[in-house]
Amino acid sequence: MRIGEHPILTFPARRKVTFFFEGRPLEGYEGEPIAAALHAAGIRVLRESPVLGRPRGFFCAVGNCSSCLMVVDGVPNVRVCVEKLREGMHVERQVGKGDLLGAVAAKRGVLRAGGRGGEGGA
Amino acid sequence: MLNPQVMVVGAGPAGMSAALAAADCGVKVLLVDFFSEPGGQLVKQTHKFFGSRGEHAGVRGIEIARLLGEKVRTHLGVELLLDTQVLGYYPDGVLTMERTVDGESEYLKARPRRLVVCAGASEKPLAFPGNDLPGVYGAGAVQTLMNVHGVMPGRRAVMVGAGNIGLIISYQLRQARVEVAAVVEAAPVIGGYAVHASKIRRLGVPILTSHSVKEAHGERELEGVTVWRVDERWQGIPGSERHFEADVLCLAVGLSPLAELLWQAGCRMAYVPELGGHVPWHDEHQQTSVPGIFVAGDAAGVEEASSAMVTGRMAGLAAAASLGSCPHYRELAGEARAQLEALRAGPPGEKIRKGLARLEEVARRAG
Repeated sequence: MRIGEHPILTFPARRKVTFFFEGRPLEGYEGEPIAAALHAAGIRVLRESPVLGRPRGFFCAVGNCSSCLMVVDGVPNVRVCVEKLREGMHVERQVGKGDLLGAVAAKRGVLRAGGRGGEGGA
Repeated sequence: MLNPQVMVVGAGPAGMSAALAAADCGVKVLLVDFFSEPGGQLVKQTHKFFGSRGEHAGVRGIEIARLLGEKVRTHLGVELLLDTQVLGYYPDGVLTMERTVDGESEYLKARPRRLVVCAGASEKPLAFPGNDLPGVYGAGAVQTLMNVHGVMPGRRAVMVGAGNIGLIISYQLRQARVEVAAVVEAAPVIGGYAVHASKIRRLGVPILTSHSVKEAHGERELEGVTVWRVDERWQGIPGSERHFEADVLCLAVGLSPLAELLWQAGCRMAYVPELGGHVPWHDEHQQTSVPGIFVAGDAAGVEEASSAMVTGRMAGLAAAASLGSCPHYRELAGEARAQLEALRAGPPGEKIRKGLARLEEVARRAG
């Protein structure tokens, strides 16, 4: 839930964006941490621990503790407490350790395929 | 490769003060921070500061962040590099960094002539069953969520720790309309200032001293907390349990210095519980055992923001002086030292004084 009236703080108006959590569209504010947007939507379980599969949320909120690692646009181990929300992001709960090399390879593949497509079209 | 005369890591109260002090001496400073705004943890501190007038007593932390932030942005001697994470320190004195711009990252390197590390501190966890459940947070995390991002952490909270951080954040939870079921404190006395404790007691929040968490409950998320009384040896007393329904459990049980870069640089470290754990040995000029590397703020030993600004200024002045650029160092450092002594005086400063004495002792024993 968002804070409405506050005795000291005023929260400036920001641009609303749509992003996807496990494929489901949600709204958040552009530039806020992904974790803040998820929290505001009532989502606090961010991943499952690698060995015991226990639910994990965020703990430190400032990028120190690695409790909040999620898969963002296919890239695992993203600290969503400090990663800024952008329009159209796809955010998924991370299960286990996350395949970073696979994610990098997939991203490169996409880039290469995109590059070829561009050349072909030109 | 960037080649600043002085590089300051961390743009919190200590780092901004260090950068400004060095730049005022005419030295070119590179100030680097991971976040998009300068201010460090001041950006979430809505309460008014105590301490000395020179360090903005009576002003809210968020205002101090704005004031100092404006100065580092406009000072011609300071280059401010934001959204930049320092990754490591190498034996040839090179620091590596990752800078993120519009979601894309670039890799940077710097070899500064002097380094000032003001990396701050991280929150300590606490061991009890269920401490990994979503809904169990560092107290500072809840403060960030509420005061920076405008999001409520939940509906009903239990706070662990009645030091100043625990007390202040309990009050701030109420300001965000989150109920606070109780503050529990393992020590037999409240550690924070009476003025903070009175404020939350007036709101009807009980402070249970000699109590700690026995267990956190919940299936997928936190649903409740069992606390119990502890004896003088910090052991839980069976039969004294009390249960609170809560979806937020905040841990305000201390901080540990973030000193990874100093470990990497080979600085002599010492374990000093009063200063938060492993801390870099440093002299009264804030210089570590490695010449040319300085440390200030919580990274030098966990204290509070007012003294962080003074140790930061001291480190900035000393770094500039070591480059021959601070002709009035003696006088300026003397002023800073007097301010530190005033901030560390009396009963609230006892822990720090003990810690600093122990730091000296550990270093002496290590030779």
